[in-house]
Amino acid sequence: MKAGSRLEKLLIQGEFVATAELGPPKSADIQLIKHKAGILRGFADAVNITDNQTAIVRVSSIAAGKIALDEGLEPIIQMTCRDRNRLAMQSDILGAYVLGLRNLLCLSGDHQSFGNHPQAKNVYDLDSIQLVQMAKRMRDEKVFQCGEEIRNTKKSDLLEPRMFLGVAANPFADPFEFRVVRLAKKIKAGADFVQTQCIFDLPKFKRWMEMVVDQGLHEKVFILAGIMPIKSPKVLQYMKNNVAGMSIPDELIRRMEGAKDAKAEGVKICVELIQAVREIPGIRGVHIMAVEWEEIVPTIVREAGLWPRPEVAAE
Amino acid sequence: MIVAEQKDIAEIIPMTEGYQNILVIGCDTCVTVCLAGGAKEVAILACSLRLAARARGKKVQVDEISIERQCEKEFVDSLQSTVRGHDLLISMGCGIGVQTIAEQFPNLPVVPALNTKLLGLPERQGVWVERCQACGQCILDKTGGICPISRCSKSLLNGPCGGSQNGKCEINKEIDCGWHLIYERLKSLGRLGCLEEIMPAKDWSRSRDGGPRKVIREDMCL
Repeated sequence: MKAGSRLEKLLIQGEFVATAELGPPKSADIQLIKHKAGILRGFADAVNITDNQTAIVRVSSIAAGKIALDEGLEPIIQMTCRDRNRLAMQSDILGAYVLGLRNLLCLSGDHQSFGNHPQAKNVYDLDSIQLVQMAKRMRDEKVFQCGEEIRNTKKSDLLEPRMFLGVAANPFADPFEFRVVRLAKKIKAGADFVQTQCIFDLPKFKRWMEMVVDQGLHEKVFILAGIMPIKSPKVLQYMKNNVAGMSIPDELIRRMEGAKDAKAEGVKICVELIQAVREIPGIRGVHIMAVEWEEIVPTIVREAGLWPRPEVAAE
Repeated sequence: MIVAEQKDIAEIIPMTEGYQNILVIGCDTCVTVCLAGGAKEVAILACSLRLAARARGKKVQVDEISIERQCEKEFVDSLQSTVRGHDLLISMGCGIGVQTIAEQFPNLPVVPALNTKLLGLPERQGVWVERCQACGQCILDKTGGICPISRCSKSLLNGPCGGSQNGKCEINKEIDCGWHLIYERLKSLGRLGCLEEIMPAKDWSRSRDGGPRKVIREDMCL
């Protein structure tokens, strides 16, 4: 056990895990965080708390994560390299840990030009791989990025933040052949689990997974397949045209267009995808990204046969 | 070379408010090549300022000159006699030129007519692109001669992010993904293995983050 988070325990226990996502509000709205947490409670083993996603200012992932924790969720704190230098990152990792948060997802972050402060200066002091490396060294070697030991004084005990470390992987970005190399680098840097970009193009995802398994990477890291419920064909078309690093087959858009009830069809597609990825060797769970549609998660989890969620076995 | 572009005239005119004897100073090096601040651009700007003054019923003298390099004190010093009688200097050099003039003429105001944009090269007629950010610790040996600091929108060091698609950057389909270029180049050189190594955290203290930088060659100091 590296960090002893609930997510880590369930994965080691061999459960097929289900994680979800909670997007913090764009205002000082604590009720919304509690409301979303209430929806997800009991339906996800852990919940990603996004970090100013799409570069739009929101309640900080650590603050929202602490509230979610108090509401009975197991948060996965997302941390991007866009907004913090190595000092702020390490300070926030310590901060998250003392608040009881135990999972950290290390990301590059969407470029600020997408968000509501395109004139901001970005940081990228570290990249996501260097961030994982730093968080792993903090945990395993008990040192800061600079090499200094994590303790108050020379005589004090070492008190390191022990995070279960996640990364993202996008099998649909280019160059395709490099995507497995990049995952291998992330594992070498210290990734314990991976959440993939949302899957719409199942054949391409399978090709990527074959390469992952060929290299034995699935034995070094827990891979959770990204699933995104879609409300309408328009959303799919928008993502196909505007979101880089996505692969969306036209037949999926046509299927959504032909559906009488698009939302219901979106859920159906999701459930089918979950069942399909479950059969792929090396997949240890799913990450359900219901962006601003948290209330659909219980339905998806139930219909995919993933409810009730497992408990951590008594030691 | 240093690439700059001229500020909008509407931004320059207010800087000249209240001055009667203006000297517009061009630079014959980088900014001449990038068509921003050479003798020709000096003539056009001076003319525009004269017209603008006349339109507002003001009597303003605008003179012109261009020197070899505004970034060297010796060349700037050659302006001593020309500068006499002027109450405002407008530099059409890069940011370095403006500051060299300010240092050499401490009693005269100097204002910039250009925005200094980048260190780069002309890609084709009329288009200049960035190639270096003067980070102070060159890693081009590891990246196939293509700089990820200047050519990746996030200055990543360990390969393309998840927003790289069809060789383009997530922020704009017009921008090449720097890491895709690096990948292709290393592939053609048979050196893709380079990309498997984790590039460690960069020492930004050698970049601007370490404060204003200085290069000292003891052996060359007098």
